Amino acid sequence: MTGVTDIPRIEMRGVKKAFGSKRVLEGVDLTVAKGESLVIIGGSGTGKSVSIKTIIGLIEPDEGDILIDGKSILGARGSSRDALLSRFGMLFQGGALFDSMPVWRNISFRLLQGRNRLSADDARDLAIEKLRRCGLGPETADLFPAELSGGMQKRVGLARAIAAEPEIMFFDEPTAGLDPIMATVINQLIRQVVSEMGATAITITHDMRSVVEIADQVAMIHQGCVQWHGPVSDVENSGEPHMDQFIHGREDGPIEAVR
Amino acid sequence: MPILLAFQSFLAAIGAAVLGLCATTGSLAIFTGASVMHVFRPPWYPAEIGRQLLRIGYFSLPVVGLTAFFTGAALALQIYTGGARFNAEAVVPSIVAIGMVRELGPVLGGLMVAGRVSASIAAELGTMRVTEQIDALTTLSTNPYKYLVAPRLMAATLAMPVLAFVGDIIGIMGGYVVGTARLGFNPGAYINNTWNFLTFEDISSGLVKAAVFGFIIALMGCYQGYHSGRGAQGVGRATTNAVVSASILILASNYILNEMFFAS
Repeated sequence: MTGVTDIPRIEMRGVKKAFGSKRVLEGVDLTVAKGESLVIIGGSGTGKSVSIKTIIGLIEPDEGDILIDGKSILGARGSSRDALLSRFGMLFQGGALFDSMPVWRNISFRLLQGRNRLSADDARDLAIEKLRRCGLGPETADLFPAELSGGMQKRVGLARAIAAEPEIMFFDEPTAGLDPIMATVINQLIRQVVSEMGATAITITHDMRSVVEIADQVAMIHQGCVQWHGPVSDVENSGEPHMDQFIHGREDGPIEAVR
Repeated sequence: MPILLAFQSFLAAIGAAVLGLCATTGSLAIFTGASVMHVFRPPWYPAEIGRQLLRIGYFSLPVVGLTAFFTGAALALQIYTGGARFNAEAVVPSIVAIGMVRELGPVLGGLMVAGRVSASIAAELGTMRVTEQIDALTTLSTNPYKYLVAPRLMAATLAMPVLAFVGDIIGIMGGYVVGTARLGFNPGAYINNTWNFLTFEDISSGLVKAAVFGFIIALMGCYQGYHSGRGAQGVGRATTNAVVSASILILASNYILNEMFFAS
């Protein structure tokens, strides 16, 4: 951990969200310190993705508050929301690359918008540099997303997430669907960019290897609430039955196998 | 008691349908308001607008042109045989011209473009919704309404009158070809009759209608795509809904516009 201050960089206070009659978040309380890498684990459909989408503003919570650097961000509109979004970077589970444009435009998309936009040449050079950092060669820059393998798409998505060097990054299941070698490559890349850039990161995963390789802190969400939150070194000895069952993948325990 | 329960279920079904209709109408109204607001407020994306003008306008020309040509040709035959019943064959050029310019050019052109463009927009935006590309746009500090919806609305509203105008000319040509080659009209007289008969109002009313249809086509494509359900089935449903709703709204608004332009 680096640069930890008293005021958390990200704080969720009693966040609740329901979709129709389905209650997904039932009062999530979570804090992430500046420069910290938090990994959220939990079963499918327990509200992990919804949690980070409420922080980004893609989903509006029904109750509770979300604070960045101690200031509530709910209801931020116009330029204040733009300023907030410019601090975020996100790697989506499926990559979410724009399939109508080549890889280099995907990566530098944000940098080609607005008053201080880069020229196309500079944006392309920057995209190639980010590709190199994510282990891809310059020849990838002119390909379209449909021409890339799953692992390459993840790496391009990662390059796009870090292109503008955001302070806060979100990674939604970064290793889902990848082979173990590619998963390790992606985990190391994430750990590397978070450490080098001093960014605050929240990662969602089911993959316990990712937890070990990426996390400073780990939180487990179950039935819309944080069941356990602590340092990665305590994961094995948490003493929390949900956590124990989940990390060891046991069928028996407080988490129902058939949900 | 079973009869009472069945009656209650019947009333509940009607109530649910009415509530659903109200919710959809409200959602569409909010979407339309937000979209139109973003059409007039910067930033604009000229490259995206240009791309959409090409897709919606230029690439729809063959479909609109062929539709107009055969419609004009068939109309000439119909007017000729219908007019022959009361010795009014000579009205073929005038009726073909007014029929194409006021009604068939914009409406049939609109319906053809609705089938082609509305479906394509809904499928594209629906896929973007399902694959989280629309969410990704937001996280990249780009408003999806400004980047995706506004350019399509602007392009369709601008392109449709041009398409209708080209369709009018090709439709009249279709009538001319049949009139001169098949029905024995004098070529010069046919063109003179057409030219002298049409007024500025005939042409402008058709073009205004086409602009409204263009707006409807893009709006329904964007609305259905933006609110697409999950998976291939959701995108498929959005595509179908876009074409059906755009077509119905084109026909309904056509009647309202005709009342406005010609009722007096």
